[in-house]
Amino acid sequence: MMRVCQTSALPALLARFAEQMAVYLPAEEDGCVRFSRLAEGTVYCDRIPTATSPKGLFFPQSEDLMTFHVQGKSIDIADIPRENEPFAVFGVRACDVHALSLLDRVFLSDPVDTYYAARRQNGVLITMACDRPAATCFCGTFGIDAASPDGDIVCTLAGDNYYFEAKTDKGAHLLACADSLTCEADTDALTQVQHTIRTRLAALPLSDVSADAFGAGNTATYFDLPVWDRLSSACLGCGTCTFVCPTCQCYDIRDYDTGHGVIRFRCWDSCMYSDFTKMSAGQPRTTKAARFRQRFLHKLVYFPDNNDGVFGCVGCGRCVKHCPVSAHIVTVMRTLGGDRDATV
Amino acid sequence: MPTVIRDAIIDRACALLQNGTVNRVYGWRQGAFPFEAVPTVFADAAALQAEGIYDDFCAANLSKYLISEIKRDTARILAFLKPCDTYSFNQLLAEHRIDRERVYILAVPCDGMVDIHRVRTAVGGEVTDVMRQGDTLTVTTLYDGTVTLDRTKVLYERCAHCKSRRHAVYDERISDEGAVCDSHRFDEVEALEALTPDERYAFWQRELSRCIRCNACRDVCPACTCEQCIFDNPASGVAHKAPSDTFEEQMFHIIRAFHVAGRCTDCGECSRVCPQHIPLHLLNRKCIHDIDRLYGPYQAGDTADGRSPLTAFTKEDADPSDGAKGGCR
Repeated sequence: MMRVCQTSALPALLARFAEQMAVYLPAEEDGCVRFSRLAEGTVYCDRIPTATSPKGLFFPQSEDLMTFHVQGKSIDIADIPRENEPFAVFGVRACDVHALSLLDRVFLSDPVDTYYAARRQNGVLITMACDRPAATCFCGTFGIDAASPDGDIVCTLAGDNYYFEAKTDKGAHLLACADSLTCEADTDALTQVQHTIRTRLAALPLSDVSADAFGAGNTATYFDLPVWDRLSSACLGCGTCTFVCPTCQCYDIRDYDTGHGVIRFRCWDSCMYSDFTKMSAGQPRTTKAARFRQRFLHKLVYFPDNNDGVFGCVGCGRCVKHCPVSAHIVTVMRTLGGDRDATV
Repeated sequence: MPTVIRDAIIDRACALLQNGTVNRVYGWRQGAFPFEAVPTVFADAAALQAEGIYDDFCAANLSKYLISEIKRDTARILAFLKPCDTYSFNQLLAEHRIDRERVYILAVPCDGMVDIHRVRTAVGGEVTDVMRQGDTLTVTTLYDGTVTLDRTKVLYERCAHCKSRRHAVYDERISDEGAVCDSHRFDEVEALEALTPDERYAFWQRELSRCIRCNACRDVCPACTCEQCIFDNPASGVAHKAPSDTFEEQMFHIIRAFHVAGRCTDCGECSRVCPQHIPLHLLNRKCIHDIDRLYGPYQAGDTADGRSPLTAFTKEDADPSDGAKGGCR
């Protein structure tokens, strides 16, 4: 069922949601748009993409797992109490909600990551159709429709109105608590808006980026190409692309020495880092070119190999925007997917 | 950057490739957008002529790349270096990181590089192209048509406060000799110094709380050339891949600023690459300003053979306690 409210009513609507649960939304602070918890004075910002993705709300950059406390000859091992509260995330875009479905494939398959699973269970995704996709967007390359995102509640801006459609029970439940602030609506207005959005998507500068040459079973096609050397030469080996990426899921588990014991925590890791997956006998990828290749083939070939052909990139464009040397996935896809004889 | 300058630079580099003076050229090619410049090695004059660019977006300092590039073989590498890049190169020479004979520096002119983030912020929209005519930029956007901007208002901070248009070292120069500029680059440092310690702490806590610990600042820094950074060494006891709290991030950035103190040339790459737009250069600039005041004016990378104030003791040196409380003011 569709509900509608005027754009001016959005703050009241979000405040109503916040009476039920914590609400996170994109807000601007010091020039950066990030998902922040709704508080007094927080204003929704529709500029995309956000500097970092909403991934961190489900899979935080750093989280404590357990503590070890040493006293004399005994060691106390204690679980860290977990937050187990429901929360809503407003303004999630089609790319980022699709990215969560990719993380689900990793974290919700056996053995289930209970930390992530709890947050997915507790989280209500209020997604937003992209009325103004960014110049760096290329979600269409991976079959994502930014005019019609997945989510528990899907929101679409049409003129001066926000339209809301609940897609799941928990979405319907949350939306119902704001019924006094919205009216019933039909879907006519949406058809026109979705058509406009799709026209805009088709005209984006990166809309021609094709994933056709990639996908499952292509490891041998790309693995040994000499062009990796050239593609990776500009790469700084920093973790920017991995940390702004909504689908990167690698983490490390480390112990922090408190002086009287240990706090065991996990944190995002980057395949671009020299000590990534370091083993007792050394580490598997010793050169920058090998690490660079790993990141892109993981998105374009290995992830599809292991996940029914689904790509590990969602075309959010954050790495395109933030790579300090523009050695990002679009450059890689255009080079590898183009005339390979000319580029090797 | 006028295309006539691009052509002169690329033509000269092609000639030096063809006559065997150099074997490879470190320059830039265009990325996915007209305002993306990807640092690139060219071994072939035809490819360089076809793909090589030099424009307002060739901001990346190529000096540090030369450390690994010369290790590949015995080839001689031509590098396009802008004035501020040459200070980094000199500093790397002083630290014996690069063999001078292996590099041919083609000094290229620069009147400031355009910060695409500032362009995006200024037009408040989705930028697809930027064209320059004199000091005017014509910006093409997706939804707001074309917008014209004053180029001088959207330069990188380091360029708006350019310290020098003089090339500190080169083999050949494609421009007239530039001069050291009256940069006013310490104005912002002095504004921070004028704050109370609590206000200053609040300023840095707010800025550094955005850090995602991607290490781009360190990885791009021409003064950060350790074979293995202590923060990447799992055995060091201080290796952390994640910001566990904001205080830890301050430690990381402050330790890094101290580690490069006296060696940082103020090239500004740290702030350019930060995906969270943290003004990291201000930490380094504070150290530079203190060194200037304690030991007399000093510019790292001005020459390749000078001894820096922090590594050369003289009896006239400032007493460490002079700057003990709240730094030097």
